[in-house]
Amino acid sequence: MTLLNWLFWGVLATLAQTLFEAAMVGLRLTRMSLPFMLGTMWTSNRSRATIIGFANHIVNGLLFTLIYVAAFHFWREHGWWLGGLLGLAQAAFVLLVVMKILPEIHPRMASEHSGPMAMRQLEPPGFLALNYGPRTPISILISHIIFGMVIGAFCL
Amino acid sequence: MDHVIPSIGDYGIIGDCQSAALISCDGALDWLCWPRFDSPAIFAGILDLERGGNWEISPTGDYQSTRRYLPNTNVLETRFQTAGAIVTLTDFMPLADQEYFRQHLAPDHSIVRLLRCETGNANIKIRFAPRPNFGMSAVKIIDRAKLGLRISTGHGMLSLHTAIRFEVTDGAAHAIISIKSGDDIPLVLTYSEASPEVMPLLGDAVNALTRTIKWWQNWSAANRYTGPYREAIARSVLTLKLLEFPMSGAFVAAPTMSLPERLEGTKNWDYRYCWLRDASLTIEALCGTGFLPEAEAFAEWLLHATQQTQPKLMVMYDVYGNLAKRERKLPHLTGFRGSSPVNLGNAARNQSQLDTYGEVISAAAKLLRHKGIAADRKTSKVLVGFGQFVCDHWAEADAGIWESRGEPTVHTHSRLLCWVALNALIDLHDRQLIRNVPVELFKRTRAEIRRCIEKDSWDDTISTYVSEPGTRKLDATLLRFAIDGFHDADSTRMRQTTSRVCQTLGAGGPLLYRNLPDDGKPAEGAFGICGFWRVHVIAMGGGSLAEAEAAFEELVKTGNDLGLFGEETDPESRAILGNFPQAFTHVGLITAAIAIENRRHGNGDAE
Repeated sequence: MTLLNWLFWGVLATLAQTLFEAAMVGLRLTRMSLPFMLGTMWTSNRSRATIIGFANHIVNGLLFTLIYVAAFHFWREHGWWLGGLLGLAQAAFVLLVVMKILPEIHPRMASEHSGPMAMRQLEPPGFLALNYGPRTPISILISHIIFGMVIGAFCL
Repeated sequence: MDHVIPSIGDYGIIGDCQSAALISCDGALDWLCWPRFDSPAIFAGILDLERGGNWEISPTGDYQSTRRYLPNTNVLETRFQTAGAIVTLTDFMPLADQEYFRQHLAPDHSIVRLLRCETGNANIKIRFAPRPNFGMSAVKIIDRAKLGLRISTGHGMLSLHTAIRFEVTDGAAHAIISIKSGDDIPLVLTYSEASPEVMPLLGDAVNALTRTIKWWQNWSAANRYTGPYREAIARSVLTLKLLEFPMSGAFVAAPTMSLPERLEGTKNWDYRYCWLRDASLTIEALCGTGFLPEAEAFAEWLLHATQQTQPKLMVMYDVYGNLAKRERKLPHLTGFRGSSPVNLGNAARNQSQLDTYGEVISAAAKLLRHKGIAADRKTSKVLVGFGQFVCDHWAEADAGIWESRGEPTVHTHSRLLCWVALNALIDLHDRQLIRNVPVELFKRTRAEIRRCIEKDSWDDTISTYVSEPGTRKLDATLLRFAIDGFHDADSTRMRQTTSRVCQTLGAGGPLLYRNLPDDGKPAEGAFGICGFWRVHVIAMGGGSLAEAEAAFEELVKTGNDLGLFGEETDPESRAILGNFPQAFTHVGLITAAIAIENRRHGNGDAE
């Protein structure tokens, strides 16, 4: 994998994932806006948070691309289906683990137990991020599968 | 006391310039559309108390209530006096300056209801019964403890945050609480659609009130009207500001739909859109009171949000310049006090109204003249395009300003506004404020329209202009001949027309019907702005200053105790009718007051 390859397909896969997630939010199927959630880790300025969060999301995507490619090399196997499976595994990890611990690590997120407090007002995601709408887990699963499929198919 | 739907004038309004809520004098929030004025209603109790849903907060047992807006704000304070206590309920939608939002996360949309016991102690009854999507969606209230009572609307999440514990039954949350002197109890309702909710801090509710008061008072400070009617003007501009959608610059006609023009009648329309017919006087009202940024934003919206249909103009648009929704009935709602049908969307959206061209061009011209700055190339092109459309179509029949749903016919008022359109463009050309004007064509057509109006629309036998050439129909829009500069207010023809219109359409005192059906029996109330047009004409020279002042002061009394006006007034009971509050009526009040002020100081017509 060349540097250019990594940057190009890593960014493209993250954009595809973001586009799908934004469509789901735009269609009012979920309220989970990853750029907003990531951005509010850095700032309480709502409009700046979305921009910062979007940049943060791209950087995260590039880092995960490296992990995916390392896995492909380790298995000496790649392809859209394997990438998709990895995306599915990552989504399951996000839903089951990351969402549970997010209120502890996000500096502006409230917890279910203590409710909103000064500096912590963002609604927590809850189990499987269901607080953000009943279709949120499906949205997260599909968006990560899309990411994995693009990386698996093209980024080597 | 159980809540029953009161008369329309018993409501007050709060808002955040994106949406608005109506709250009755007994503390019931009976109307709210979120996130935008024209979104589906979350509370539509005013149209059907059972199925529409509402949010009641009031003392148990007997009480008397009074209310007011905190000075120069849209913060509504209702004061309940019971046998043993005085309790205030302060309702507002939070606003703050940009600096606050740069440093703090805040809910996307919220309403704060702050309950405060001033003296004694009382029991307060709270019933929270949201009915998203006009009551067409299933309601499930989930108590998530620290995260509040949560209701999925299908499009977003509604959350009620408060320290009060509720009992949830049958799609409603109920509570009766005891409150004693010095207690402050906030209830905050939020709505989020496109991101995780930013939850409010209950301890910050009083600070939010302070920020909101400051925001409104800072905005109000720009009001430069200094005449004797400052209180009425201040309330009118504050109400207009509530009906503005600053993200685009548009003004909605009213925040409500299907409030009847006649009780138990069928004229129940959706007014949550932006009408172009209100444009010219709205700009005049905003410029005349010193709110130039709002006037500029509105003119910008008029010229650029209508791009999708230019050079053809539609009757109304939504706040972003899209066509209004197609009209359909909501048969599951009984309507305001049984006035059905309840109409959502507006069928007039596809009508042809030639007066809109005059309104839009005149609005832009007033702003350009006020600023004294030439229009840019694009604006010039748009305005000239409208002018050419007028030259091609002015003689056609249309639906007219009152949106008659019958066959199109020729309306004198539409022709008048076509004349106004070309007159304004020629004037802008003479002042070198626009370019590339086919001035000869415009002058020729303007003269032709004047000839037609003076010949076809004048009836010598009854010595008046008529509203449809070849008939003897009269209409209050004939008063616009003076306001729009076609005739001097003290000219013979104008005096005769004014006299005939007031005699035929008079509804008692200074009230006027907009027109009368063929049988001569009024089919609805007196039309708010028409009375103010009459004052405007008198102030412009159609009568004495004292006459104008007396009529104005009498008309101001037809507003409610908060200074809010609806579309119409019942001439007998003086009850407010139609969608409420109505921007058009408040615009009429402001422009009439400015005209009086100009007369007092000998300045001629307001502009």
